[in-house]
Amino acid sequence: MAHASKDSVLRLADVRKSFVMHLQGGAHLPVVAGVSLEVAAGECVVLGGPSGAGKSSLLKMIYGNYRCDQGSILVRDGAETVDVANEAPRRILRLRKSTLGYVSQFLRVIPRVSALDVVAASARDYGVASDEAADRAAALLRTLNIPERLWSLPPATFSGGEQQRINIARGFIADHPILLLDEPTASLDAANRAAVIDLIDVKKKKGVALLGIFHDEDVRDRVADRIVDITQFRHAA
Amino acid sequence: MSALTDDLPLLTVDRLGKNYGSRIGCRDVSFELYAGEVLAVVGESGSGKSTLLSLLSTQLQPTAGAIRYRMRDGSVRDVFELSQAERRFLMRTDWGFVHQDAAQGLRMAVSAGANVGERLMAVGDRHYGNIRHAALDWLGRVEIEADRIDDAPRSFSGGMRQRLQIARNLVTNPRLVFMDEPTGGLDVSVQARLLDLLRGLVADLGLSVIIVTHDLAVARLLSHRIMVMRQGRVIETGLTDQVLDDPREPYTQLLVSSVLQV
Repeated sequence: MAHASKDSVLRLADVRKSFVMHLQGGAHLPVVAGVSLEVAAGECVVLGGPSGAGKSSLLKMIYGNYRCDQGSILVRDGAETVDVANEAPRRILRLRKSTLGYVSQFLRVIPRVSALDVVAASARDYGVASDEAADRAAALLRTLNIPERLWSLPPATFSGGEQQRINIARGFIADHPILLLDEPTASLDAANRAAVIDLIDVKKKKGVALLGIFHDEDVRDRVADRIVDITQFRHAA
Repeated sequence: MSALTDDLPLLTVDRLGKNYGSRIGCRDVSFELYAGEVLAVVGESGSGKSTLLSLLSTQLQPTAGAIRYRMRDGSVRDVFELSQAERRFLMRTDWGFVHQDAAQGLRMAVSAGANVGERLMAVGDRHYGNIRHAALDWLGRVEIEADRIDDAPRSFSGGMRQRLQIARNLVTNPRLVFMDEPTGGLDVSVQARLLDLLRGLVADLGLSVIIVTHDLAVARLLSHRIMVMRQGRVIETGLTDQVLDDPREPYTQLLVSSVLQV
């Protein structure tokens, strides 16, 4: 069994991905190949490269949302190391609960659940007690400038930017040691971008490893310890 | 729950098959289900998913394979080798079955309270006050007003009937619940409410669930894992969001791409 090196909590080795589109006559859609990268605790690594280079797909593979065709995705989970590319579903679910936080580009809304509870639920899933989860949710929604009159409403009717901030709150509320960020600042104004930068700084100081995609150059320069250009991992189709 | 029993499957299905004469109902189905896991079985009509559910819930006898269940006392038993009485006890207490048509899972002519209380009486509870109290508690949990306790489900809407059926099943604290298209045939707004209620109950009670549905949105909202069936076989299986967002088999890609976006 492979082991991640001492200070890296996330390590990808020789990761390859392509899609086969059976409905388009079996068209082969290469995404990435030979991806090797590491992220250490307390570090923010930003994936660089143009749209369509496979940045978002790579994050999804680390989260276990997309399959990995080849290679390994080693995630430190307490005393254990889990290979997301080859683990059973229930082990990946446990890993998401204990270790992997993820801010996706779009909020998947749940009917009838209020914004405050959508956020608090994410902390409760991690194991935070109900009262504290509600307190944390309120504090985050305030930090992210979500007006209090919206807290009791389901986010389905919120604007894109508001939904994105609910999503960010969901990702940041727990204490996951690894955070994956898929363009968290894409539809935010300057004040809220600044709020997210502050949240990222706090996580880094707590020793959280962050791997993210930021198209906004100001934000990227402000948060990135390193930029990994993923065009170097282009799939030779 | 102790770490030890957590690591043992609740249900083990081993190369299960059922033929109807020369026609295949389902074939070579194997999987394990752990405590607290929700497994969705998806596929079109005729894919074998309903046959599979009938086999799992012992309503049908398989032509091949075995189903092993970890009983409350920790012993692992082949469900088809249980005596009739043992199996009935399992169906009445440790298992639940939520039918698509609530009329199949309820007694339509007796009161809502009696529908819930009956399962308790079947496992030996004889104290009227306790039973009525439990019934009231469960009606509340499935969002049925207390003043409807003496009404028969005939007078209930489709959504209410379905919620009553769920209460009737959960009152005995089952560990495993089978669901057959539980939101099928309901208006979308009623569906959303029911799904949200089910999601909460399943998580709070730590239930293991096997849910058969053709509705991928239901599978996504409720299940951890998914099993895609076609022509009686399991063709793809995995984490629910992985199978739905990165489907590998041609048929699964077709299913996923056939969902209308709103």
